[in-house]
Amino acid sequence: MKTYNKEVLYGLYEDEQVMLKAIREAKAQHLEIWDVFCPFPVHGLDNALGLSESRLHISGFVYGAIGALLGFGFMTWVFTRDWPIIFGGKPYFSAPAFIPITFELTVLFASVGMVVTFYTICGMGPGVLNPTLDDRITDDKFCIAFDTTNTTEEEQDKLRSFLSGSGAAEVDSKNI
Amino acid sequence: MSASVSPIREPLVTGGKTYHDITEDICSPTERTPSTAWVLAFIVSVTGLAFYVFCVAWTVWNGIGTWNLNRTIGWGWDITNFVWWVGIGHAGTLISAILLLFRQKWRTGVNRAAEAMTIFAVICAGQFPLIHMGRLWLAFFIFPYPNTRGPLWVNFNSPLLWDVFAISTYFTVSLLFWYTGLVPDFATVRDRAKGIRRRVYNFLAFGWTGSAKHWQRWESLSLILAGLATPLVLSVHTIVSFDFATSVIPGWHTTIFPPYFVAGAIFSGFAMVQTLMLITRKVLNLQDYITLEHIESMNKVILATGTIVGVAYLTELFIAWYSGYIYEQFAFYNRVLGPYYWSYIGMMSCNVLSPQIFWWRKLRRSVLVTFVMSIFVNIGMWFERFVIIATTLARDYLPSSWSYYTPTWVEIGLFIGTIGLFFTCFLIFTRVAPVVAIAEIKSILKDAGDQYVGPEVARKKAESATATDTH
Repeated sequence: MKTYNKEVLYGLYEDEQVMLKAIREAKAQHLEIWDVFCPFPVHGLDNALGLSESRLHISGFVYGAIGALLGFGFMTWVFTRDWPIIFGGKPYFSAPAFIPITFELTVLFASVGMVVTFYTICGMGPGVLNPTLDDRITDDKFCIAFDTTNTTEEEQDKLRSFLSGSGAAEVDSKNI
Repeated sequence: MSASVSPIREPLVTGGKTYHDITEDICSPTERTPSTAWVLAFIVSVTGLAFYVFCVAWTVWNGIGTWNLNRTIGWGWDITNFVWWVGIGHAGTLISAILLLFRQKWRTGVNRAAEAMTIFAVICAGQFPLIHMGRLWLAFFIFPYPNTRGPLWVNFNSPLLWDVFAISTYFTVSLLFWYTGLVPDFATVRDRAKGIRRRVYNFLAFGWTGSAKHWQRWESLSLILAGLATPLVLSVHTIVSFDFATSVIPGWHTTIFPPYFVAGAIFSGFAMVQTLMLITRKVLNLQDYITLEHIESMNKVILATGTIVGVAYLTELFIAWYSGYIYEQFAFYNRVLGPYYWSYIGMMSCNVLSPQIFWWRKLRRSVLVTFVMSIFVNIGMWFERFVIIATTLARDYLPSSWSYYTPTWVEIGLFIGTIGLFFTCFLIFTRVAPVVAIAEIKSILKDAGDQYVGPEVARKKAESATATDTH
């Protein structure tokens, strides 16, 4: 099991709208949210948290471009330099016939590359165990978590009263 | 939260579910001991799979001579089955990718099972070109790897090689897409599990926590994979059709093949989804998630694609006549009235005529009619591939080499065997994974749950509005 070495104070909400409202409230009060956990992708959460747009698609484009160049370049090299053979009277460099494989390799590289990147940057993978705060977060609870590792009692009390005041059904803390 | 969905639109999740109900309903089938029906179905499927293994062993041991292929009929049931299975394998990606891009919410009820079906169908499809090689242990020759024979490369100009790349890419991308969608749901199963089950799902869930940033990336990844899979799924059957269309055989050498094959693939894929989902929703009690609304939507797709296929059949006949080319004319005359006329009748009646009953809403929403129709379409699409392959090859340019092809027990066994393989995989899937995408259903609940939207809710709202007016 991986560990973040953090002490986390968190509140569990029953409804995503209540949670979204609480996040906006926290932003207004300049409370620093460590993370938010949900059972499904909540619409509008990125904006409420102020998350910047994911750059995963840029990596996808780069991987795809590598696949396309590699595929087309390799076929060109094989048929014009390494072992030129005439097939069906076509020229050695029969570019239109290279398109289907070039396309397939573009898609293959982009998909595999993006999926590997996704799991790597999220710190996930086969058999990886990331600590979780509550088992019900993947069921029907929405969780706002604050990092309270180096905070005073006073600050923790403030966060605690914020959580229960903004509609959290349960408030708890955990070392993860 | 008030939903901004038209009140006349039927709800997609019925039964007034809460988020927890959804988790409970979809996870519990994986947590119970299997029912007798499941065990019986599994025994039958595994028997089919065992017979498949036997037939493959028989073919490899004795050689392709155990099949009834000959000099002109180089492709028979094997390639027919290959194209049939690949076609079936198109619905999953279509439902999850194209319908995702089109923002069709009904996709969420069926996408998981349809994608699983895609993967298993592609596994079945991939068997046939390999066994067909005869020397199965040399199958790696199809990949361009540096070898000691020159190196001698594969022919990148050949549609058969394009097929290798298309099918293997399609399989890989579908698998990644499917598994990435499954990870959050495996986490849901994990967090409910105890003991050894917990350990297994810990492994499968990849350490998913549900963090906001992870969900954001997950959505971005799903969207881009869908964007990539959409042209991919169209390319795969296009390339399969190139196996025929780039040859110089009358009846195969036609430019209509790519769109006609793609439409046929969607058609047969949806039929197989219907066959499986109608049984699954009943056995696993998922009627609240796979509603008549879903079934009707899929039947509309079947009607549309079946009609496109029908137009393609008629276009082929017209163009054969209009071309003035006697070999082309003979190929189609022979298809309709030659020795394999029965398969042409089977194809036309199952694929073109019978789906027309779906113009009636009542029949589109009948579970029984849909089930029977889905079987009809599966049969019809198998006939279509048989018509294209066997009738054409049995009557080539040289009348002296004309013959009549019938399969041997080995070829029939291989076909039945892959059905066993397919259902074995699918039955295992229903036991270990949530068959409906839990997270995605939860995310549409407030837009499509019957306690939030639908004619019933609209009526109640109107009533309460008039009630407040009168006061």
